[in-house]
Amino acid sequence: MSVTGAETLPPGREPRIRLDRDGIVKRLFMGIIALYLLVALALPLYAMLSKSFVTYRFDLTAYEFQVSDEDRVFGEPVSAADLNEELQVFTDQQLHSSSDGRLTAVDLFPEFNFRSKVLYRMRGTKEHAPWLVGLDPQDTTEWQEYDSNTFRRINLRPVASVGVQNYRAYFSNPSLVSSIENSLFIATISTVITVLAAFGFAYALSRTCMRFKSTFRLIAMMPILVPSLLPGIALIYLFGNQGMLKNLLFGHSIYGPLGIVIGSVFFTFPHAMIIITTALSISDQRQYEAAESLRASAWRTFWTVTVPSARYGLISAAFVVFTLVITDFGLPKVIGGQYNVLAIDIYKQVIGQQNFEMGAVVSVVLLVPAVLAFIVDRQVQKKQVSLLSARSVPFQPRPNPRKDRLALLWCLIVAVFIAGIIAVCQFAALIKFWPYDLSLSLKNYAFDRMDGGGWAAYRNSIRLALLTAGIGTTIIFIGAYMVEKIDGFRTGRALFQFLAMLPMAVPGMVLGLAYIFFFNDPANPLNPIYGTMTILVVSTVTHFYTVGHLTALTALKQIDAEFEPVAASLGQPFWRLFARVTVPVCLPAVLDISIYMFVNAMTTVSAVVFLYSTHTALASVAVLNMDDAGFIASAAAMGMMIFYTNAAARALHALASRRVLRRTQAWRAR
Amino acid sequence: MTPIKTLIPAAILAILGAEAALAETELTVYTAVEAEDLERYAATFNEDHPDIKINWVRDSTGVVTAKLLAEKNNPQADVVWGLAATSLLVLKTEGMLEPYAPAGLDKLSPQFRDSDTPPSWVGMDAWVAALCYNTVEGEKLGVPAPTSWADLIKPEYKGHVVMPNPASSGTGFLDVSSWLQLMGEEGGWAYMDALHENIAAYTHSGSKPCRMAGAGEAVVGVSFAFRGAKTKIEGAPIEIIIPSEGIGWDMEATAIVAGTANEEAAKTLVDWSISPKAMEMYNVGYAVVAIPGMAKPVEHFPDNIPEMMIDNNFEYAANNREKILSEWTARYDGKSEPK
Repeated sequence: MSVTGAETLPPGREPRIRLDRDGIVKRLFMGIIALYLLVALALPLYAMLSKSFVTYRFDLTAYEFQVSDEDRVFGEPVSAADLNEELQVFTDQQLHSSSDGRLTAVDLFPEFNFRSKVLYRMRGTKEHAPWLVGLDPQDTTEWQEYDSNTFRRINLRPVASVGVQNYRAYFSNPSLVSSIENSLFIATISTVITVLAAFGFAYALSRTCMRFKSTFRLIAMMPILVPSLLPGIALIYLFGNQGMLKNLLFGHSIYGPLGIVIGSVFFTFPHAMIIITTALSISDQRQYEAAESLRASAWRTFWTVTVPSARYGLISAAFVVFTLVITDFGLPKVIGGQYNVLAIDIYKQVIGQQNFEMGAVVSVVLLVPAVLAFIVDRQVQKKQVSLLSARSVPFQPRPNPRKDRLALLWCLIVAVFIAGIIAVCQFAALIKFWPYDLSLSLKNYAFDRMDGGGWAAYRNSIRLALLTAGIGTTIIFIGAYMVEKIDGFRTGRALFQFLAMLPMAVPGMVLGLAYIFFFNDPANPLNPIYGTMTILVVSTVTHFYTVGHLTALTALKQIDAEFEPVAASLGQPFWRLFARVTVPVCLPAVLDISIYMFVNAMTTVSAVVFLYSTHTALASVAVLNMDDAGFIASAAAMGMMIFYTNAAARALHALASRRVLRRTQAWRAR
Repeated sequence: MTPIKTLIPAAILAILGAEAALAETELTVYTAVEAEDLERYAATFNEDHPDIKINWVRDSTGVVTAKLLAEKNNPQADVVWGLAATSLLVLKTEGMLEPYAPAGLDKLSPQFRDSDTPPSWVGMDAWVAALCYNTVEGEKLGVPAPTSWADLIKPEYKGHVVMPNPASSGTGFLDVSSWLQLMGEEGGWAYMDALHENIAAYTHSGSKPCRMAGAGEAVVGVSFAFRGAKTKIEGAPIEIIIPSEGIGWDMEATAIVAGTANEEAAKTLVDWSISPKAMEMYNVGYAVVAIPGMAKPVEHFPDNIPEMMIDNNFEYAANNREKILSEWTARYDGKSEPK
């Protein structure tokens, strides 16, 4: 065809215009969800970081004094700073304080006597120079006159400024620094034990012909359904000073690192087991055949084939467990005794001492190991993908009576441990007054007569869980779809991915505290959501965003990329494709995300403990507060309510999944 | 038809008017009163004032105080009813309380009111320290019942005593501040050094030590009398002991939050909060109330509580709180290493 001929052809329809509109809408959606993550995560974290640099200091240059002689003739005004310069009463260190600090004014006057007839005058020389007369606040630049008996009751108040003093104070406080050591210590020990136990368990599930596999799998998942502090309560009933099995400890106390480690193994076990089972299930039969033909012993095969092929799973599990333990505060709270860890320090500083600035400092310190573990884990995850090739043959375990029996024994021990802990909690909840009145009663379920918010807290929790599951799944899935199916726009997508991965690196308590700083600021237009259910939903969705996002991405990647061009060439807008094809195909993943959100919203304590208000008390927090007040049996009762609710939700989910699979996933079984 | 047409709006107006007269004023009341008492307090108040509805916001002393301080520039509460006086003193230093002289102020014992006129707060009842001693475990372990604070530092109590952390618990703080007042700064800290050797655990709340003693997790719990009596009623084998040196105490008190939009209703509530009827209501759980001579003995409360209460210097406690707590934290918090 000649060039001139082409010129005479009528102009065709603009190609790609439909796609462009789709592109705009997709970018818009992505932008909205990115904005959500920015507001719900990045900005609060920034607010927290800046709060950690807010310090309180007595500003001696802001006060002036005048002292009279016995005949009440006043001398020259002199500033407090000059007095201190001259007398060296307060060191620079002493002038740093917290928001509640007080500095006695008479310390600047060594010749002070409260019986003398000397009069004192003082005033502020700056706009903000507060002091107290007894308990009455004063803040004025007018001269105020006091007799000496009143003057001894004068205290200066600190004013806020910015600096690294909080960090200096933190690292010079031996008890706070020892928390870092303690945290690392228990996290390391728990990680080693959990990963070993979980590896044995996962190995038995995927590499042996042991019986009762599905039962064991079910039991191993139970700890996910309860708040992390529940095992602590069970351990008190088992090994406390009145514990049923107290003698097994040979005089050791369960309160402290021992209790924290046992409880941590309990609640992190399913997480490690899932990761390691996945890693073990993608092994290649051919490698084992090769090992066999080379006459390698079973032991040698185990070390040269099995363990290396699961190494990324093991490393990943180790980091997940480590992060879970170091950021958990429920367990150390219940059973830690006097053993301080970082997560407890945040709670103590904020809830106990109202020292929000120091709480922010500890949060930043806690963020470091969590972020490090997260980065390493991501690197490892990337490598794992390339392990399987298209030629791999899935491994088929062969019966081996001795191995199978050992596996059964191992799983039995773990299962008894897990089921035992849950059973003890249920038992504890039904006993009238342990250990003196062992009759059964339901009085521990009278939550309305106790701290923690009563049955309303339980209802709130269910509301939160439903809202989180509904709203969270929607946001997460749409976000994942947009970032996966958008064309071009690499920088934007990379940025979005980063934002979506960030929540995993942020411990819940840090998130909760960051929310206080960000949303409790009257200048923030979003301030009205503070203290409402909305902020609880936002924080929970954000806290658990990453896992949902990854699940959605995996499901979306399985859909052939051809669907979009086909839909576009058929003139169909992307949302029709989304509604008719994408969502139905991904429905199992969508259900998985929603049950994950539901269960976690029921059990989470860490972020919401800083954010609930009287009208939005939650069951998980009630467990904590009832234990705090010493109503341990009621705490166990509420914990078991959470367990049954989650178990019921999971059963429903399993049922729904099966139906959905049958209806929409018939194409898979070709 | 016309009469009916005019009648209907008139009737509506009349109904509306009646409604308006009965319309409830809602008061947001911040409190640290024990959860089990809240409903009873509101119901008793509503017997006399059905037109004022109380919306409780309840949490532990520390948390309520923090919440109020956090809302300093934008107060949400109308009234604080049932918060530790030391906390109200802190709020006073921040200028957050509205001074008001409620009707019947002159009947209160002088300790149970702010010394300024008009007072910024008025007291309700006293909340006193006490030891909960588990008789069963004590006998089993050979730990005798203590009679004084000094007993607790004897070697036989090692590992058997629990007390609240004063940084998080109001009860814990009143213990520490009472020891410093009773024994002087130096003696008080020396006592706590020795006591620290015997302490099994410092708990977050002031109730928990008594609950732990009640459940046999500890032998002696340093707690408060109210929780002791309640735990005993539940069937715990405990004895409530008042140490012979005297006991620290704080009072639950009431104040109007400066800037409230419902000042009239707030005043009505504060007036009622110091009425004899209110005192009777407090007396159900507390042995010492603000109007002298009114209190009847409370079940399981030792009789000698009023004599044993120390002459508490609240201003000292409020103005030295930060200093005491940072000293305490530096000395005792998180010292125990893994052994």
